[in-house]
Amino acid sequence: MNTVVDKKKTGKGNPTSDGHPKERYLFWFELMLRIRRFEEKALMMYGQQKIRGFCHVYIGQEAVAAGIESVIRREDGIVTAYRQHGIALGRGISAKSAMAELYGKATGVVKGKGGSMHFLSAEHKYFGGNGIVGAQIPIGTGIAFAEKYKGTDNLCVTMFGDGAARQGALHESFNMAMSWKLPVLYIVENNGYAMGTSVNRTSNVVELYKMGLSYDMPSEAVDGMSPEAVHEAITRAAAHIRAGNGPYFLEIRTYRYKGHSVSDPAKYRTKEEVQSYQDRDPVKMIEVKMLDEKIATEKEIQAIKDKIKIEMEEAIDFAENSPLPHPDELYTDNYMQKDYPFIMD
Amino acid sequence: MNRELALRDALREAILEEMRLDENVFLMGEEVAEYDGAYKVSKGLLDEFGAKRVIDTPIAELGFAGIGVGAAMNGLRPIIEFMTWNFAVLAFDQIVNNAAKTLSQSAGQFSCPIVFRGPSGAAGQLAQQHSQTFESWMANVPGLKVISCVDPADAKGLLKSAIRDNDPVCFMESELLYGFKGLVPEGEYTVPIGLAAVRREGTDVTLVSYNKMMLVALEAADELAKEGISAEVIDLRTIRPLDYHTLVKSLKKTNRMVVIDESWPFAGVSSEVTYQMQRYAFDYLDAPVIRVNAADTSLPYAAPLVDAYMPNAAKVIKAVKEVMYVK
Repeated sequence: MNTVVDKKKTGKGNPTSDGHPKERYLFWFELMLRIRRFEEKALMMYGQQKIRGFCHVYIGQEAVAAGIESVIRREDGIVTAYRQHGIALGRGISAKSAMAELYGKATGVVKGKGGSMHFLSAEHKYFGGNGIVGAQIPIGTGIAFAEKYKGTDNLCVTMFGDGAARQGALHESFNMAMSWKLPVLYIVENNGYAMGTSVNRTSNVVELYKMGLSYDMPSEAVDGMSPEAVHEAITRAAAHIRAGNGPYFLEIRTYRYKGHSVSDPAKYRTKEEVQSYQDRDPVKMIEVKMLDEKIATEKEIQAIKDKIKIEMEEAIDFAENSPLPHPDELYTDNYMQKDYPFIMD
Repeated sequence: MNRELALRDALREAILEEMRLDENVFLMGEEVAEYDGAYKVSKGLLDEFGAKRVIDTPIAELGFAGIGVGAAMNGLRPIIEFMTWNFAVLAFDQIVNNAAKTLSQSAGQFSCPIVFRGPSGAAGQLAQQHSQTFESWMANVPGLKVISCVDPADAKGLLKSAIRDNDPVCFMESELLYGFKGLVPEGEYTVPIGLAAVRREGTDVTLVSYNKMMLVALEAADELAKEGISAEVIDLRTIRPLDYHTLVKSLKKTNRMVVIDESWPFAGVSSEVTYQMQRYAFDYLDAPVIRVNAADTSLPYAAPLVDAYMPNAAKVIKAVKEVMYVK
C-alpha cells in the first residue's frame, strides 16, 4: 500500500513547535500505525499457524523506520537484518504482499520464497531482510560502494541490531568504509537484547555509538522512541554523507515489546522495564501530541486509523485467498542461467 | 595465431580485456594494485585502470567479499581476489550465505554477478593451513558455479566467461602453476562454463582430473603408453555444473575410469564423478571406478609426508592397473 506521502519531505503546512510540518507527523503516525497493526496481525496469524518459520516482530521500534523514511530518498538503498517487516513497509512494500509472503504465498513480495526474514524488492531498493547476524553490514557497505562507483549521491542505510554490533564484519566494514569514504549510513537499532543476552553482557563497551569513534567515524546516540529525534539525526547524517564526507554511525536506542521471536517468552527482563518503554510508546505519544498541539484533528487521526484497519483486513484477505507457489518454482531463481543443469537424481 | 603465455599472464589478459569492455568490472583484494598482485596476476592493471577499479584492501576477507556481494547486488561486476582460497574460508559466510542465495531469496530480483578467484590446492611444503582444495566445498552449494583449471588458454577463456556470467562464480587457480605455460590464441574468445575437455584420446582407460592434477594425469598417461596402455585424459575444467556427458561418452569407449582429484576423498569431486558414472554408465563399467585423492589427513610440512599425501603418477598407474586387472 504505497500511500506514503511524498509531502513528508517538502513539508508544506505550518511548522509545529518542533519545526516539523503537519504532513510529516501524519506520515509518521500512518507508517508507525501500519507497522504496529501489521505486526499484531502477523502474531495473531502465527498463533493460528497460518504463518510458520521464524518470525521476529518490530513492535516498539516503529519510530526508527518512521524517522528514517521521512528523510531518505527512494533512490537510497536500505539493507537490514531479520526483524525487518517494519523497514520493508516503510520502504513502501504493501501490507498485502508482505502478509502474503508471511503466508508463503506465490503473491508474496518474494513469491513465498523468503518468508518473514527475507522481503527484498528491487523496485523499492530494499536489499533485505538478512538472516545471518551482521552479514548485511559488509553488504550495505558494498551497496554504498556501488553508488560511489557510479557517481550518484545516493546512500545506503545499513541497519543491524546490538547483537550484530559484536561481529567482526562490523569492524572490517567500518574500517573500509572510512578509508574509502563510502556513502553509508550505519544504524544500530539497540533494543537492549541480542536474543536473550543484554548488551552489557556482551561487551565492556555498552554505548555502541562509541564503536564508530575508533574509526574516526562521526557517531551519535539517538532516542529511538521519538520519530522527531530519529528524523533529525538522519537528516544530519544524510547531509554529511551526501556531501562526500563518508560514513556516519547512529546508535538508535529503541525497545522491542515482544520477545526476540514468537517463541521467546522474554523472561530475561522485567515487566517494569517493558512498561517503562511502553509508557513512551511512539504510536501513542505522537497521537497525543498531534491532538494536544492541534497538529491534527481527531477526525484526521480517525481517518488514518480507519484506513489502516481496512488495509490490514485487505492484506489478510489477500494472503488467505492467494495461491501457494507451484512446486516447479523450486528450480526457478537459483541461477540466472535459464538452462542450468541441476542434478535431479 | 597462438602464442605461449604463462597461466598468470593468461588470467591477466582475461581481466584486462573484460575491464576494457565493461566499466562495471572492477578488481578488489589484498595486494592487487600497488604490489601488482601477490602472484602478479594483476600486474600493470592499476596503471591502466586506476585506483577506482583496481582496489587494494586491508586484510579483511569477510569484509571485502561482502562489499563485493553488495556491489554486485547494486549493479557492478566485481572480481574479488583471494590471495589463496585458504583465506577465503573467512569469507564463506558471504559466498555461501549471501552470494549463492541472493537470487533465490529475492525471487529473482537481485542477481549477484561476482567472481571470487584465487589459487586452490597444495603448493609445496606450506603445511596444514595453506594447502587445501575448495572445489568440492563450493561445488556443494546451489547458486554457485565452480571453475578450476590451469591450462592457460582455458583459464583465459573461462575467466572471461566467468566475469560475463550473471551468476556468482568461484574460480580456482594454482599457486604452483602461475608460471605454467601454454599456447593461448590471439584475439577475442571465450570458453564456455560447464564443458569438460578431452586432452588426450585413448581407448583402454579414462583418466579424469582438473587443475594441477591434470599434469599428474598426463604424466601417468605417458608412462602407461610405454607399457602399451592407451589412456584417455579428460580435464573437467568446470566442477559445477559437472559435464558428466563427456565422461559417460568416454567411459562407453574405455569401460574403465580412474579419477585423480586433489580434494579430500570424503564427498570430494571424485565421489560425485563416481556416483554419476555408476548411475549413467553402469552397464559399461568393466571395473569399479577408482579414485586417487589427496590423503584423508591434514597436510604436514616435511617433504616425505607431502609426497605421501599428494596424488602422483605412480599412484595413478597403480590405480589404472587395478581397474584393468593387470599386474
